[in-house]
Amino acid sequence: MLKEFFSSRKYVIFTGIFIGISAAFLQKLGNPANMGICVACMVRDTAGALGLHRAEVVQYIRPEIIGFVLGSLMAALIFKEFKPRAGSAPLVRFVLGFLAMVGALVFLGCPWRTLLRLAGGDGNALFGLAGLVVGIWIGIFFIKSGYNLGRNQRTNPIVGWIMPVIMIGLFLLLIFRPQLPSGAIFFSSKGPGAQHAPIFIAIIIALAIGFFAQRTRFCTVAAVRDVILIKDTYLFTGVVSLLLAALASNLILKQFHPGFYDQPVAHTNQLWNFGGMVLAGLAFTLAGGCPGRQLFLSGEGDADAAVFVLGMIAGAGFAHNFAIASSPKGPGLWGPASVIVGLVICFIIAFSMSDLRKKKMEDKK
Amino acid sequence: MNQSIDVRGLSCPLPVVTVRKKLLEIKNGVLEVLVDTGTSRDNITRMAVNASWKVVVREEDGEYLLTISK
Repeated sequence: MLKEFFSSRKYVIFTGIFIGISAAFLQKLGNPANMGICVACMVRDTAGALGLHRAEVVQYIRPEIIGFVLGSLMAALIFKEFKPRAGSAPLVRFVLGFLAMVGALVFLGCPWRTLLRLAGGDGNALFGLAGLVVGIWIGIFFIKSGYNLGRNQRTNPIVGWIMPVIMIGLFLLLIFRPQLPSGAIFFSSKGPGAQHAPIFIAIIIALAIGFFAQRTRFCTVAAVRDVILIKDTYLFTGVVSLLLAALASNLILKQFHPGFYDQPVAHTNQLWNFGGMVLAGLAFTLAGGCPGRQLFLSGEGDADAAVFVLGMIAGAGFAHNFAIASSPKGPGLWGPASVIVGLVICFIIAFSMSDLRKKKMEDKK
Repeated sequence: MNQSIDVRGLSCPLPVVTVRKKLLEIKNGVLEVLVDTGTSRDNITRMAVNASWKVVVREEDGEYLLTISK
């Protein structure tokens, strides 16, 4: 009975509303503007706190990321869905996570923040959203052409516990903040990294989101993909609920500021707002889900999703160290070129791992 | 004889896409599907029920056998 409720449309709508309201309130309680929740930005901040990049304004261990994984773990254990599994092209997933992060940091937000930027009145996010849909649509073309990363296999339980344990380790670092001679641990004293909601409130909200999202399979990329691919609007209703709930909450909290210029943690170069999210949308689709979904999957024992998350962390470090990530001034020096290279790599992966390659080989014979 | 598909271990959305393609092909009859995650179980069940198929789910050792019929 309870299981049926959790997989019902009512519950995915509830989850969307809960995430939308939570994001607006997390912003009110201290998180950066239009960034109440941003999986990509928060993974990037966490990478910075560990010293994997030295962009001093975006370094903080975000408890939301920790809560997403551990909330999903709790739900999976309670409902007997914790299933350690691994072995579906992990290195390809690492690369896809890396490239998804590059694309997201050129736009300045993941699919979750795309919706939250829109809900805050940021018109630039429309171009990001358009890019996201185009990226997903390209991914669907390859899925229809037989794209497949191969089957995973059940594995030893310890494999499924690695990501949750890493998250517990991050939580301990967040609480105790050890100071080492190298300067670690790095927490921003100014900029978005210095803006955060109280840890206790953020982690409780994130645990709840992780729990609900594991039960409903909440995914911002699959929401669009499933409508186009299999005419299924289940997840889409959840995502629309998120957008509307965040919009309504922002209006009530006076956080809605419509316009294109001077939007928080955003730039107005629409070509690369669009291009960045084409890359992110394609990489997420080829990996099977949005960054939030990858965290929730890694909480229920999916080690391949965990490898994708590690790819995102590496991508975040690289994007900031190599002048790829954008700033409010515009794309980084190597941002546009990296998006193009990233798209080429995604196309090669998708082509090579689909029936298109087989067909071309047969045609040659 | 019933037809069967094993979609265990496949990433989303391949399980539901594979089963949908097969259902469109056979049009009616019985299809047995073996899945290993709750996500695939729910996605396939929702897709099949929306297309007017009947779905019976049986759980065995943490995996699910879906009997889809029309």
